[in-house]
Amino acid sequence: MRRYLVSRIFQAIITLWLLTLVAFLMARLSGNPLDVLLDARATDEDRVVMAQVLGLDRPLPVQYAIYLRDIARGDFGTSFKTRRSALSTVMERLPWTLELGTTSFLVSVLVAVPIGVVTAVRRGTAIDVAGKVLALLGQSLPTFWLGLMLILLFAVTLGWLPAGGTGSLAHLVLPSITLGWFTVAGIMRLVRSAMLDTLGEEFVVTARAKGLAEPKVVWKHALRNAVIPPLTYAGVVFVALLAGAVVTETVFAWPGVGQLVIEAITFRDFPVIQIIFLVFGAMYIGMNLVVDLLYGWADPRIRLAAGAPRR
Amino acid sequence: MSPIEAGTLPAASEFSAPTRPRGQLIELFWRRKILFLPLLVLAAFVVVGLSAPYFAPLSPTETALGMKLTPPTWLDGGVSKHPLGTDQLGRDIASRIIHGTRLSLMTALAGIVLSGAVGTALGLLAGYYGAWVDALVMRIADMTLAVHIYILAIVLAVVWGPGLKNVLLVTVFLLWSRYARQARAEVLSLKEREFVVAARALGVPAPRIMARHLLPNILASLIVLSTLQVGFVIVLEATLSFLGAGIPPPNPSWGVMVADGRALIASAWWVSTLPGLAILIVVLSVNLIGDAVRDTLDPRLRRL
Repeated sequence: MRRYLVSRIFQAIITLWLLTLVAFLMARLSGNPLDVLLDARATDEDRVVMAQVLGLDRPLPVQYAIYLRDIARGDFGTSFKTRRSALSTVMERLPWTLELGTTSFLVSVLVAVPIGVVTAVRRGTAIDVAGKVLALLGQSLPTFWLGLMLILLFAVTLGWLPAGGTGSLAHLVLPSITLGWFTVAGIMRLVRSAMLDTLGEEFVVTARAKGLAEPKVVWKHALRNAVIPPLTYAGVVFVALLAGAVVTETVFAWPGVGQLVIEAITFRDFPVIQIIFLVFGAMYIGMNLVVDLLYGWADPRIRLAAGAPRR
Repeated sequence: MSPIEAGTLPAASEFSAPTRPRGQLIELFWRRKILFLPLLVLAAFVVVGLSAPYFAPLSPTETALGMKLTPPTWLDGGVSKHPLGTDQLGRDIASRIIHGTRLSLMTALAGIVLSGAVGTALGLLAGYYGAWVDALVMRIADMTLAVHIYILAIVLAVVWGPGLKNVLLVTVFLLWSRYARQARAEVLSLKEREFVVAARALGVPAPRIMARHLLPNILASLIVLSTLQVGFVIVLEATLSFLGAGIPPPNPSWGVMVADGRALIASAWWVSTLPGLAILIVVLSVNLIGDAVRDTLDPRLRRL
């Protein structure tokens, strides 16, 4: 197990390092911040001074080394726009995205798990087919259009819910459905497949043989066991929801990190772009590491295969 | 669906090498006749899209401010000249959707071919050489999945200006690793088989072994994989264009058209709704077919 643990953590660190390289190159690619920070009246001398202050006058490899050192220290630089710590600029907006992400996740799970269970139990029936069509429909609906259609129906036509912005719980409903929708299909498939595995197991047969009521067999005995594999992916799904929030936040004018991404790029605010990019990447890599470690812990075949010498 | 979903869930990536795929496919469509519906819908879109200039009643970019925001024919105020109405610049929505079909399908095709080429090549190398080549390719694959794809796309749009080039680059960034993993996994088992061992023993150079002995054996499963990506790429392009990071206006990208109607959702619902409906119909058809094809050619995934 230790060998597997070490090798997976080492791999995750290499992946993260590659990601910092991309983040750095991308930020430098996105234009000269001097053009945004200084107005047209700035003299060449002003530009030189400003470049020195920001460390932009050094060669790229040196800039990258300094950049890595700062990240290692937890110093993500100062926002070019607000002149405050880039980290706190992002942290201010993060609660909004977390709020939206959490409710979307709940919506997604509450819809997907029951459907996954029912389609597994009624495998091969019309209900199963309906579930499959629903999953395909979920994969085929573009998020941004779904958001607009919900606005059209519930805000414009029926007038039940606000079309965008924040302020009350009602403001959260449409964005949560929009964002939650796109993980429904994936979770549903995971639950269905895990349920099919579990329903064939001996303890389920035993429970039935004992004369236990079928709902109890399915929803208590089987589901409790089947939910473990999908559960390991919960973190990954959540990160994907947060990253996908850019589109939903744009449609509903939700003031989260997704909107900050767009503001920061328009302003060429390198430090802020970088930190969002890195935080999301690190979360994704971290969550996948957790999934791998959980599976390695649960299933010796996985860790032995990874620890074995490569062919 | 959103592009992020790509890296989220365990990829359905392990396909067994199909036997006689063509026969199975014909049988599949014959057995499940309902599949002819999405196939017909898709065929219609392909034909209309490819010959857009002949089918589209009017120019997709010509503005007519006097006719702006005309509703579809079946509503009050609709005119037969504009069956699906006009947008805020008086452009004919039907014509724009038809031209958008071409743009959308071409982009999807190009994105998949590029991703497939890059991913397959790197997957072949990783699987065949193993050791550090494998480790490097797999770490880069992990890294590209961790990239916040909208940030990348919007940065590229700011740097280079929005355009097809960015959409293709982002598509390759997201999709190549699926092909790489698939190719690598199959090469790992294939390279132990007699015909490859024999070729190596005979002194056949490595590039030739990969191109002549390995590639043809994994091609079928890569094509199945591709059918499952078409819908994904169409939605990706539309999403990027909607965000202003894809195909720029006035091009009739479906994503741009939906974005055009965003502010008009309360007064002129058809401007956003109809192009989105086109996306839904095409992508749903593609996914229905892709799903059935995968089920047939890969029994191991049938249960999923």
